[in-house]
Amino acid sequence: MSTKYSVTIDGKTVEAGPKQTILDVCKTAGVDIMTLCYLEGVSNVGACRLCLVEVEGTQKLLPACTTTVAPNQKIQTNTDKLKQYRKMTLELFFSERNHICSVCVANNNCQLQNLAREAGVDHIRFPYIFPEAHTDASHKEFMMDHNRCILCTRCVRVCDEVEGAHTWDVMGRGYQSRIISDFDQPWGDSSTCTSCGKCVEVCPVGALWPKDAMLGHLKKSPEMVTELVHKRKHRS
Amino acid sequence: MNITELNQIAETVRQKKSEFKKCVYVCTGAGCISSGSLETLDAMKKAVKESGHEKDADIRPAGCMGPCVQGPLVKIIPEDKMYQKVVPENVKTILDKSLLADEVISSLLLFSEKGEGGFSKAADNPYYRKQNKIVLENCGSINPESIEDYISIGGYSALYKVLTSMSSEDVISEIKESGIRGRGGAGYPTAMKWKFVHDHASAEKYVICNGDEGDPGAFMDRSVLEGDPHRVIEGLAIAGYAMGAKQGYLYVRAEYPLAIKRFDTAIKQARKLGLLGEKIFETDFSFNVDIRVGAGAFVCGEETALMASIEGKRGVPSPRPPYPAESGLWGKPTAINNVETLANIAPIIQRGGKWFSAIGSRKSTGTKVFALTGTVNHTGLIEVPMGMTMREIIFDIGGGIPGGKKFKAAQTGGPSGGCIPEQYLDTPVDYDSLTGLGSIMGSGGLIVMDETSCMVDVARFFMEFCMDESCGKCVPCRVGTKHMYDFLTRICEGEAAMSDLEQLKQLAPFVRDTSLCGLGVTAPNPLLSTLRYFHDEYIAHITQKRCPAGVCKMTSGVGHVH
Amino acid sequence: MSHAFNTLDQVTAVPPKDDSRIRRITTEINRHHKRPDALIEVLHVVQDLYGYIPLNLMTFVSREMKVPPSRVYGVATFYHFFSLRPKGEHNCIICMGTACFVKGARNVLEKIETDFQVQPGETTQDGKLGLQTARCFGCCGMAPVVVLDTDILAKVTPENIVGTLQEKIGNNK
Repeated sequence: MSTKYSVTIDGKTVEAGPKQTILDVCKTAGVDIMTLCYLEGVSNVGACRLCLVEVEGTQKLLPACTTTVAPNQKIQTNTDKLKQYRKMTLELFFSERNHICSVCVANNNCQLQNLAREAGVDHIRFPYIFPEAHTDASHKEFMMDHNRCILCTRCVRVCDEVEGAHTWDVMGRGYQSRIISDFDQPWGDSSTCTSCGKCVEVCPVGALWPKDAMLGHLKKSPEMVTELVHKRKHRS
Repeated sequence: MNITELNQIAETVRQKKSEFKKCVYVCTGAGCISSGSLETLDAMKKAVKESGHEKDADIRPAGCMGPCVQGPLVKIIPEDKMYQKVVPENVKTILDKSLLADEVISSLLLFSEKGEGGFSKAADNPYYRKQNKIVLENCGSINPESIEDYISIGGYSALYKVLTSMSSEDVISEIKESGIRGRGGAGYPTAMKWKFVHDHASAEKYVICNGDEGDPGAFMDRSVLEGDPHRVIEGLAIAGYAMGAKQGYLYVRAEYPLAIKRFDTAIKQARKLGLLGEKIFETDFSFNVDIRVGAGAFVCGEETALMASIEGKRGVPSPRPPYPAESGLWGKPTAINNVETLANIAPIIQRGGKWFSAIGSRKSTGTKVFALTGTVNHTGLIEVPMGMTMREIIFDIGGGIPGGKKFKAAQTGGPSGGCIPEQYLDTPVDYDSLTGLGSIMGSGGLIVMDETSCMVDVARFFMEFCMDESCGKCVPCRVGTKHMYDFLTRICEGEAAMSDLEQLKQLAPFVRDTSLCGLGVTAPNPLLSTLRYFHDEYIAHITQKRCPAGVCKMTSGVGHVH
Repeated sequence: MSHAFNTLDQVTAVPPKDDSRIRRITTEINRHHKRPDALIEVLHVVQDLYGYIPLNLMTFVSREMKVPPSRVYGVATFYHFFSLRPKGEHNCIICMGTACFVKGARNVLEKIETDFQVQPGETTQDGKLGLQTARCFGCCGMAPVVVLDTDILAKVTPENIVGTLQEKIGNNK
């Protein structure tokens, strides 16, 4: 059953194996797919909708990160519709909370900002919601700023799946969802947090950062977690 | 339990029933209970006992009889008299005239106050005449808390037939022949769903009955669970046999305490008689059912969210594929069927797929239960053959619009559906026609609106619902519904410009195409369908700052600057 | 902006050992063999016993079931049936389902809000009346519907609801 088969991506025929996701196949084939909530090493949730692709034979747009390829599938990753939708998705992210790049610690080192540049987002056509959001400086090393959180849940997943602490989770629902530590307590009060800092490294935006980071100088390395997971899996 | 014992139970009940001259069923659905039917039931029992006629008239509680608004409802057998709004004060008269004698009390007959009475036999009333009850055939004519009652009308004999004379493939092909499609809303062929799970080799499989009836304005599943719970258990067991699942779950809303109680009673009764548990009917088939109670989240009607909830998690959906048939509850193959779908299974097995497929229309076979509500005379629960026109449902069965008002639209499919305006009243009601009109069949909520409803306000009502019920996982739904709600609010308040409408029109298809689950995908439907049929109402709100129906309170003229 | 976090004191307050309700919760947890998938069932029991889900009980459930605190909190706040705040002495739930909406539930709600000075999700200052809204009780035939404690009130109007509520609150004096 492990025979290889071929699929077509943007007109190019590439080889794929069963159980491979469309995203994996695209990566191997050198086709660039926009992702945000995706992080190699933790589970895929298909939530940011940036990696949506068109697959011939189905009307539904499918997330590349969670959909496995099927033989002879014809996949389109860059149609006008997809480009337009990606732009709108990014705009919705910006309009949701209080994103002001110029005063953000992650300015110029922000995945959301990078993607917006890449997609050609030059203004946000929807009104900003400007919800009341707070910051949490109770942890001795790290900061959490909900004004900049995009609810990608990378922190939740890395904390649960890699560190095994499950300090973070999501509370509430809809646009009132929010990342919480323990029973919605100050992060510094958490009885479960090991202060490992993995959540900070994987956060794609300026919602989690080390207190000693200077404005505009924040560098994060989500790959650190990917490598860690790999090393743990292949420990001799 | 074997077939002889089953038949014996049935015979005993029938024998006992035949000793009575009359049988009185008092509706104890949640609707009639709220109008005081339990007091009526007690008064009826007491009156019969005190007058020494206990052996003549059998007084029994029963499930929903349909026209809830006329409750408490009382049915007298064998004459099939249907009395409405029966309060304890009426009991003496009923006893004297209709139980000890054969007189008709015309002032109590169903719909008599509306000048539509005069049907001493309920079945002659157009309200019932046009209906075809399969799912609801026992609702209102058996005691839902008695397994013996259910057995006496042939209950569990379909399960016996399946276990002793049919292979799992036979069952699936019988279901396939019936052509039945899922009654939860999307209309996916039930046989196909079962076959996928059947074909997956796994020692562990699950079948779930989805009773998370979240559409506001819908109560079909509640009525079936309250009125005929054993029918659903039998359907679950047959489904389990067909797919090779040993465990079934009922996922039901916490808002339905009576349904939970009756279903729980039914499970216990079935276990006691060996109709659930190990080696059912002395075969190798073992099957159990457990109840999982929801906790108030509409999104849990979505299959993957429902399973997350059964697993004790936040009811957050996951992308499909993988489909539940492949990787469902605890990663095992799982089939999720709606209450009404499962209630159709036993009759299909007993009477054959062919019989079922002859009812309704070609691509939508069988019947559909609707909860008919809103501004319509006869609100309540009805069951009609698929393909009946909306006009027949609303005007012939529903008795038209009260107060001489004008019909405006019928809303189907709840927050995932759309509205059907007057010019399409003659469209047959089936899956494909409704989809063609920009609505969906949905689970069966049918809300009638007259000229006093503002369609923009209605669209905002549903958008608020979707926004509140969005789980928050994916961006298009989480943020998109919030934006759309804000735009609609501005329109309703007379604060919107045409550019807002344009943005709304951009957002709607985007949210539909990019959302992760059905909630987000269908959230724009009520908006899109009102835009399609009532565009001028939107324009009036925006350009003239006027609500044609007079519903929206405009705050314009206060110098709002865009 | 300000945000009221839950404090350590609130979370760690130890419930009295001799409280029979704690035994009921423990029984429920054990009935499910401490399986984490029974979290929602257990929270239902907590809410039944206390009328809401107190924070220190969440801690108790989290420890007994070995479910992480943030997950318990995440689940308890996801489902609208669960309340994290004590309810009123009497509780009135206005159905805002479609049928009730079409038949004027909003006017009923507005009337209660003004006459009793209470917003949905809150309780009157004297703690006597809690007001909530719900999405359909499935009694649409009787719309608009209000659930007062355990009674279903049918065909409610803004005119008749106030009297009914006042009578209920008064009766308990």
